[in-house]
This record gives sequence, C-alpha cells and structure tokens, in this order.
Amino acid sequence: MTQGTRATAAEPLRLAEGIQGIVSDWSSDQRAFKNVPWGKAMMWIFLLSDTFIFSSFLISYMTVRMSTTDPWPNPSEVFALTLFGHKIPLILIAIMTFVLISSSGTMAMAVNFGYRKDRVKTFVLLLVTAALGATFVGMQAFEWTKLIVDEGIRPWGNPLGAAQFGSTFFMITGFHGTHVSIGVIFLLIVATKVIRGDLDHERPGFMTGRKGKYEIVEIMGLYWHFVDLVWVFIFAVFYLW
Amino acid sequence: MAHAEAQQHPVAGHVEGQQHPIGIYLKIWGLLFVLSTASYLVDYFHFQGYLRWFLIILFMLLKAGLIVAVFMHMLWERLAMVYAILVPTVLLMVLLGIGALEADYTFFTRGVFFLKGLL
Repeated sequence: MTQGTRATAAEPLRLAEGIQGIVSDWSSDQRAFKNVPWGKAMMWIFLLSDTFIFSSFLISYMTVRMSTTDPWPNPSEVFALTLFGHKIPLILIAIMTFVLISSSGTMAMAVNFGYRKDRVKTFVLLLVTAALGATFVGMQAFEWTKLIVDEGIRPWGNPLGAAQFGSTFFMITGFHGTHVSIGVIFLLIVATKVIRGDLDHERPGFMTGRKGKYEIVEIMGLYWHFVDLVWVFIFAVFYLW
Repeated sequence: MAHAEAQQHPVAGHVEGQQHPIGIYLKIWGLLFVLSTASYLVDYFHFQGYLRWFLIILFMLLKAGLIVAVFMHMLWERLAMVYAILVPTVLLMVLLGIGALEADYTFFTRGVFFLKGLL
C-alpha cells in the first residue's frame, strides 16, 4: 500500500472511502469493521442470522399459501374488532403496529440521549420503550386468545379454511412475540445499568471484563429496531396480503 | 487490549458513537406513522389485485429502508459493514424464487390428484 495510512498520536488514522474503503477495510489487519465497537458488529451479524430465520419462516408461509387448494381465511376479517358498535377490519393489528413503531422512536431517542450522557432521559426513554413492548406482547396475547378460544383456530386446522393458516400464524407471530418479550427483558437490564450509573463509571458488566459504555444502549437499540423491522414484513405479507 | 483502545480514536471530525440531531429521529418517526397508516388504508379501502400488492410491497420496503438507514444508523456506517450485512440478504431472493417454483408445482400436482379422485 503506497497511499499513506500512517497514524501518529496527534493525527488519527484516516480511512479510505467508497469502494476503495471496502477493499482496504477487508484487507486490513485485525479488524474489518472500523469505527464500530465489536459488540455492535457482533449484534449486526446476529441480526443477519435472525433475518435468515424470519425470512425462512415467511418464505415457507408463502410456499404453503400458494400451494394449498383450500381457500385462505381473509386476515382482514379474522383480525377485525368490533369497537363502539362498528366492525373495523384489522384494527387490532394496526394499533399493534403503531405501538411498535412508537417504541422504535423512543428507542432511537434513548440511544441519542445515551451518547449525550443524559442518564435520566435515557433511563426514562428505555422504560417507555419497554412499556410499549410489553403492551405489544399483551395485545398479542389478547389476539391469540381470541383466535384460539373464539374462532377455534389451531396450528393443525381451523373452521375458516386452509389448515396452513393456523400453523404459519402461530409459528411466525409466536417467534416474533418471543423476540419482543426477550427484548423487553433486555431493555429492563440495560435501563437498570443506565440508572445505576454503570455506564458513566465504566463498571464492567455481568460476565465480562469490558468497561460499561453507552454503546450498549445503541447495541440494544439495534436489536429492538430489528424486532420492529420484522413486524413491518409480517404486517405486510401476513396481515395485509 | 491495544487494538480495542485504538478503535476509540475518533476519525477526524467524528465524535464518539452515533450522534445526530434529535429532529431526524422525530421526522422518521412521523414518516413511519404516515406509511403505516397508508398501508392500513390499502386494506381499509379494499384495494385488490396488482395495485394492492404493489402498494403493500412499496410501503413495506420504504418503512424497512427508513428503519435500517436512520434508526439503525446504516446511513452513517462504513461501506465495509453496510455491504457485509445487506448484501447477504439478497441471497434470500433465490430462496424466494425456489419456494415460488416449488409451490406452483405442488399446487399443480394437488390439482391433478384431487381431479382424479373426482373422476
């Protein structure tokens, strides 16, 4: 490499940009992901693997829906609710979508205030995010109860049409709901660390010798936004299609 | 330890972590609300056929793009990382294609099977 990338204490390393940047990052010593804490890079790699899991679910849903000869139950009617005497199609799912998007918004702001070292605001926003996440899971529990008890939908069959409706519905939304639940627990743990001042005083976390830093809020945020991202796809291809 | 430390050196003109004005998050938040409402209205107004599918896919991709680009900060990451995460997902298109082919074939053979049963 002839182009000078020598760093001195006074002048930090200048990194190449664009395609040249990709080549030099990937061919460099030790680390390919520059300017990114390793925890964040690892979270991204985990999320990539999770993307493949959810995509496999959604693609297998497509496959069984396309290949069934029975009529597919109309999600617009299955997920309708009667509110104030009116039957509104898909309203519960719409509310769940708004709840999850709002939680993503508060999460993004928590990350922002975290990097500004605003301990209290970060804590409050993390708690609001967790509360919205828990609300989402609660609404999902309500939805499942309604489907199982009132509509008689089971993973192996249902009175409305194709049996594959129940199996894909419970698998996909169940897996997503599990992710949200784990995310809520994860949020509460990070919120506790924030309010205790673990990150300000760089105390190492449980089972690690690494110093606590506000980057863990961003890493947590990546997971949470991913859960929201998956919901965008589920909402589009399962509920709206 | 040395290289963990080295990474803390910010690049010229770059502060620690991802710091952006709060306004951009609020704008994207609002935009996501608008897009979600729009995709809900697709169902509410009973759009059918290609228009429905086109609109659903369009709103889905716009929302996904905004979340990944801004909320997950992909817009500001180095290309080496963006490509490492986003390019592999293109492979899923292959799985999607295989799934569609297989489903068509299964549907066809089921049709033939059930038709024979009737004759």
